[in-house]
Amino acid sequence: MTVTAVPALEANRELVLPPGQERTLDNGLTVIAIERRSVPLVELRLGVPFARAQLDPVYVGQAAVFGQTLFAGTESMSISEIAAALQAVGGGMSAGVDADRLVCSGNGLASGLGRMLEILADVLTGAVFPDPEVETERGRLADFIKVAQSRPTHLAGVALLKRLFGTHPYALQTAEIGDVQAVTRDDLLMLKSRQVSPVGANLVIVGDIDAGEVLDLVEAKLGAWTGEPASETLPPTPPLTPGPIVLAHRAGVVQSSLRLALPAVPRTDPAHASLQLANLIFGGYFSSRWVENIREAKGYTYSPRSAVEHSLAGSHVLLSAEVANAVTAPALLETWYELGRLAMMAPTVEELEQARQFLLGSLLLGIATQAGLAGMASNYAAYGLRLDFLTQYTAQLAAVTVDDVLAAGASFLAPAKAITVVLGDADIVGDGLAALGPVERVATGEQ
Amino acid sequence: VTVERFTLPNGLRVVLAPDRSAPVVGVAVVYGVGMRSEPEGRTGFAHLFEHLMFQGSANLEKLAHFRYVQGAGGSLNGSTHFDYTDYYEVLPSNALERALFLEADRMRGPRLTEENLRNQVDVVKEEIRVNVLNRPYGGFPWLKLGPVMFSRFPNAHDGYGSFGDLEAATVDDAVDFFERYYAAGNAVVSLAGDFDPAVAAKLVERHFGDVATRPAPAEVDLDEPDLEGGRHSSYVDSFAPLPAFAAAWRIPDPITDVRAYLPYVVLAEVLTDGDASRLVQRMVLKDRSATSVAGYVSLLGDPFDVLGPTAMLLQAHLPPGSGVEAPIAVVAEECAKVAEDGLVAGELERIVARINTHLLREDDTVLQRARHHAVFERQRGDAAFAAQIPVLLGEVTEAEVRSAAARLVPDRRAVIEVVTQEGGAA
Repeated sequence: MTVTAVPALEANRELVLPPGQERTLDNGLTVIAIERRSVPLVELRLGVPFARAQLDPVYVGQAAVFGQTLFAGTESMSISEIAAALQAVGGGMSAGVDADRLVCSGNGLASGLGRMLEILADVLTGAVFPDPEVETERGRLADFIKVAQSRPTHLAGVALLKRLFGTHPYALQTAEIGDVQAVTRDDLLMLKSRQVSPVGANLVIVGDIDAGEVLDLVEAKLGAWTGEPASETLPPTPPLTPGPIVLAHRAGVVQSSLRLALPAVPRTDPAHASLQLANLIFGGYFSSRWVENIREAKGYTYSPRSAVEHSLAGSHVLLSAEVANAVTAPALLETWYELGRLAMMAPTVEELEQARQFLLGSLLLGIATQAGLAGMASNYAAYGLRLDFLTQYTAQLAAVTVDDVLAAGASFLAPAKAITVVLGDADIVGDGLAALGPVERVATGEQ
Repeated sequence: VTVERFTLPNGLRVVLAPDRSAPVVGVAVVYGVGMRSEPEGRTGFAHLFEHLMFQGSANLEKLAHFRYVQGAGGSLNGSTHFDYTDYYEVLPSNALERALFLEADRMRGPRLTEENLRNQVDVVKEEIRVNVLNRPYGGFPWLKLGPVMFSRFPNAHDGYGSFGDLEAATVDDAVDFFERYYAAGNAVVSLAGDFDPAVAAKLVERHFGDVATRPAPAEVDLDEPDLEGGRHSSYVDSFAPLPAFAAAWRIPDPITDVRAYLPYVVLAEVLTDGDASRLVQRMVLKDRSATSVAGYVSLLGDPFDVLGPTAMLLQAHLPPGSGVEAPIAVVAEECAKVAEDGLVAGELERIVARINTHLLREDDTVLQRARHHAVFERQRGDAAFAAQIPVLLGEVTEAEVRSAAARLVPDRRAVIEVVTQEGGAA
């Protein structure tokens, strides 16, 4: 007989944290080892504080080249020898710099962990940034930046950061071509000696390992890495200053990129759980008001997204949607409408329960893989948190009421608090946007 | 990993791969229908139909499917490939039965209404704008290479679809498409993760057991002759700042001749995987004739999820102002070098080790495991092929890689070239 009623759920599965151990080495490096023996692999994430207190385009350029060239050679190994040695243990490693951290990410066969750590140690203590590779990577980065600047979605993000952060270092998170091309080997060596220190750094290792043995192994392989602590502290991000809709003009695009920023609080704030649930109900997952409105009811867009984004110096709710030219202003109107609704009226109990279950389930799914665990543990560690924060967070999520969500909506999602940036063809979408409110037209970067 | 397989009386195949190490479960339903199934005049229809499978079914209103999965803590999606379409969710394991109910309900038939169809045509057009039309290198090379490489419509056409064809789609088309391809005998249900296989088998039977018995459509032979004499085509991309090209060659059948196929999977990595690979060392690090290179097997880079005829691709983005002739010649030279001089000591072993890490890493998520098993069962009649891949890769010899490289000659090559606006005017 055909089952016609949706089956009930079994009892919620408990969030069980995997076993792990932690040690801070004499050189200041904190090592977090987590056992997850699902496949015979390991994941590595080394996070090193890498921020600057001042907005400095030259530094952004240097940091970009630094990430691309850290694994480009040591006194004993060339770029290709490093890559081949890692491959020999099924491994790979790369470095990248964001607004807060240098992160070296790698994975490989668990049996090759010792070799991977040796190579990592060699790079951290003896990267030489060979001139030919630096020159190559400068050129490649310049080309990549050209490609990025030809993408409307990238330009929209750049315009939003500029509007949102003003003179704060976060205002510029992607390098300019000229700054990249000016970077020298000496700049990179200086940056390494100044910024790459085990003090305040975290190394997370997850996988088919014995946590205690791995702590000893890391101590043996990375104990000799030393360096002075990096001293610069980021100022907190400035408060949001709502104003006219910023219309970044780009002729000839066939979609507009909507970007909105709203205030938020860090993970440890008492209002954080309520905010996460409010954001979900608004537009943070597919079964949300915003997605059901502008995608499933109206067909304005393919993939709208709203998320609470945390950085060390501040947290924000960031919205993005790519919409057809003809519906640009209507899509923004619906966005404000859905934000406003959540800022003024409590959601239904059903909406809250659905969002709560989604978030609790996402946490279970997030720690069910080696790579998921490694990413979460490394990210949390940058904020001084450990995976056991999930236990506290789970309890907070369970306690949130519809009134809490309304309070969070009013505090964080009110459209009057939003910064709105639209990248689009101003000649086509400008009049429609002007019907919604004052518009400030700006030019985009490279055309 | 133990894999249990059985077939329900209605022809639906079932794969169960229990793994109790985390309280999560992946569910995948694969149908043997893809972009190569769609008829002329209906380009993009397989993908559009995938969207329609999320618009409600007998016991589920529009949007209910999403709400039930996400409201149970799960994530979901679907994807349309050349030769199959899959629907999948990953959830806390307390929601397993709910997922089975949801998939069974739409396997009996989605709600195909004019309103849903028009809405999803609009959504798909926005998807195409964001992924293809409003960005540099949109659809490069997977949408651009087919017409250069292949002559028959199923292999050559744009699987994302023209706006004209999408707008012309009707509810009747959708009904016919469902009747023909979304048959129990053309589908596989695959579960991986936290469940007792005996219990899961009963649940699958309860929910899918009375889905109508309909056989899979007859297999269609899509093969066509190999290229004789190279082909080269180009197009202007007004967003693109860097010239680019992709070169492709037909390769042996991934199903019927897997031992001849795998050396190409290895060769693609020998040539392009990381700073120790042949083309990165030569073109990116030494000559600086390329900004980036990539090499892979099958147009979507999913070597174990595709039927024949398919291809191996080598592609590069080039510094501004570069011509493509010289770098294409360098690619030919490096292929010839592998063919003539072979690999260096340890090269084959390290490449295979790295491929195995990639495969294991994907398998670490129950969802990917369930999806792979489902496709292997549908395309090869063997979900356990997953466990065979590392064994077969370990048996690939240097001589086989050399022979594969020797086949990558200009006479059999299809090239698609991206011309920048400035370059085009010059």
